[in-house]
Amino acid sequence: MNYETIGPIAQALLAGVVVTVEVSIGALFIAVVWGGLLASLRFLYPSRMLDLAISTYVEIFRNIPTLTHLLIVYFGLAYFGVTLPSLAAAILALGLIGGAVMADVFRAGFQAVPIGQTEAALATGLPPLLTFRLVIFPQALRIILPPSGNYAVGLVKDTSLVAAISAPEIMFNARQIVNVSFQTGLVYGTAAMIYLALTFLLTALFYALERKAAY
Amino acid sequence: MFSFYQTIAENWSDWWPRLSHAAWITIYVTALSFVVAFAIGLALEFMRTRSSVAIRLTAQIYILTLRGVPILVVLYLLYFALPGYGVIISALTAGVIGLGAVHGAFLAEVFRAGLRSVSPGQREAAQAVGLSPFQTFSLILFPQAIKIVLPPLLVGFISLLKDSAICALIAVPELMLAARAIMAETFLPMHVFVLVGVFYFGIAFPASLLVRALEKRLTRGSTNKSSLETGDILPVARLDGVGR
Amino acid sequence: MNTAPILTVRNLKKSYGILDVLRDVSFDLHRGERLAILGPSGSGKSTCLRAINFLDPPTSGTITLEGELIGLHPNGKDHRSATRRKMTARELAPQRAEIGMVFQLFHLWPHLTARENVALQPRKVQRMSSSDANHLAEAMLKKVHLGHKLDEYPGRLSGGQQQRVAIARALAQKPKVLLFDEPTSALDPELVGEVLNVIQELADEGRSMVLVTHEIAFARRMADRVIFMDAGVIVEEGPAREVLANAKEPRLRKFLSTVSTQEAVQ
Repeated sequence: MNYETIGPIAQALLAGVVVTVEVSIGALFIAVVWGGLLASLRFLYPSRMLDLAISTYVEIFRNIPTLTHLLIVYFGLAYFGVTLPSLAAAILALGLIGGAVMADVFRAGFQAVPIGQTEAALATGLPPLLTFRLVIFPQALRIILPPSGNYAVGLVKDTSLVAAISAPEIMFNARQIVNVSFQTGLVYGTAAMIYLALTFLLTALFYALERKAAY
Repeated sequence: MFSFYQTIAENWSDWWPRLSHAAWITIYVTALSFVVAFAIGLALEFMRTRSSVAIRLTAQIYILTLRGVPILVVLYLLYFALPGYGVIISALTAGVIGLGAVHGAFLAEVFRAGLRSVSPGQREAAQAVGLSPFQTFSLILFPQAIKIVLPPLLVGFISLLKDSAICALIAVPELMLAARAIMAETFLPMHVFVLVGVFYFGIAFPASLLVRALEKRLTRGSTNKSSLETGDILPVARLDGVGR
Repeated sequence: MNTAPILTVRNLKKSYGILDVLRDVSFDLHRGERLAILGPSGSGKSTCLRAINFLDPPTSGTITLEGELIGLHPNGKDHRSATRRKMTARELAPQRAEIGMVFQLFHLWPHLTARENVALQPRKVQRMSSSDANHLAEAMLKKVHLGHKLDEYPGRLSGGQQQRVAIARALAQKPKVLLFDEPTSALDPELVGEVLNVIQELADEGRSMVLVTHEIAFARRMADRVIFMDAGVIVEEGPAREVLANAKEPRLRKFLSTVSTQEAVQ
């Protein structure tokens, strides 16, 4: 093993970690806010039109590969004159996909709150919006923590595909450094370890959140 | 909007043979890696039910590791790093093994949930009549669990189909690679990728609908617990109007 | 003395598809009156109670609370119920706030403490300040003898304690009537007493209440008047002691005999 190459390798991979984390956080934020909003609207104002619109969105984003969406957002939008930097395109595409996932997660969460909870709230004279905000939503949040954690772990892994649109995250940098150092096994093996550490950390974080949210 | 379809139509005779050929490779890779994943998943779950701690731990570590790492990393390791250790495999083989290895870890969880749903009395009864662990698993537990695991298996298949696109990044000549090649020649990314998206959607969406139908049938068959809870006939309440 | 009924129920009908759960039920509740509704399961007694605050909106019929029509917009002089528009949940909220309801399965909000469960409605619907709402909640919880469990979450309370918190929650609404939907039938036998005692204390305060129950002995002791329902209609009604002591209607006699056998066994 050539120890002179370890420095640059570590440097490149760590720089990649920063971008990976940025993309993950950005996409997670969009996914939670956008997905939560869609599911809340759908729950509060049930209508055939809204249902159709939201489920069309959800199905399109859930039944087409992440890579395809990434390339559509990055190259496809550029064709129509909307040029996004690769990082923004990555966050947008992963966020939109995540929005579809989280919309379903939130929906299942709202539906899992027992009906008696809603009935008790309405019976005391709470109007529907307050019933949703104070009784259903807080309980649903706890229910959706485990599937949200699964989604977040999947998201971190999916950020590796962003390499395909040249966002300088872990895998992109790994590829670059392999091209000059030829330490293929070392570099990709280290990348694997980094992802493992990231996903373990995230899993532990969500586990702690679940413990904290238990009542 | 019209010109969008016109462009596709103009290029159809060039694109169609290339895309349809690549689509078959996508289906081939998906099917093959699903078989691999199925076998690995079953093997892992079988290992996890054995009494030997070493075997159980091996399976558990495999699952935790492969679930925590992106598929792309696994593919890169198989395709780019293995030759450094003297093992040279084709991109397609690497793709199938990589996808199968990762999804096997997921399917192991699916099988586990399915087997847990079979009552423990079944295992005890099988062992009481003298069946070996393997016979207990294959003759008694698995046939009962398969009904419950069918919907999540299909979900696994759908995500495997979607993940097969990642194989493009190690140059397996599947659909996304063909699409990227066409894009590089024509620079009509929107057209090509939308077309490819429609193909994936055409397979994955019906499968998703099937999952939902199967899940519905499964819940209908079980006893309705919510009637106990509400003490009422229709367990449906809505927030918008005035109750049920 | 004001003799107008506080709550009137007129020609209540409820059907789920072809299944008629309520078939023309009418009764009054007078101010300070304690009314018990008895009947075998499936007789429609719970549906009837849940129709009063429109959790199960009736198919037809009217309910008034102090003369005010519940759940429907009174329009025009013609008060045929078919022509009235149902209120939305939002429009219903202020009316529901005047009716306290206690459920069979408590339905406490598990993410809130006992105090928060009780203080939520005063704070959000009556728009009290937080400290006022908390004081009210404490007072109500003390009233149901749970002054020592203010900051417990429902998951850490026994069934009987949970049901008493639920009663405190209903009381904090300052309701004009209290509805109890089989408040003790989900409880272990040894926890029934503490809940019945609290209900009895409320009855002794002269609150107007409707109690759907299986507990014949309690109904006899607490209620002024009893309604016996079967198959969606009122079969017999009258003063509690009279009706329960010498029932005329065979269905009621059969019901009383089976229930008293069960009680004897317990």
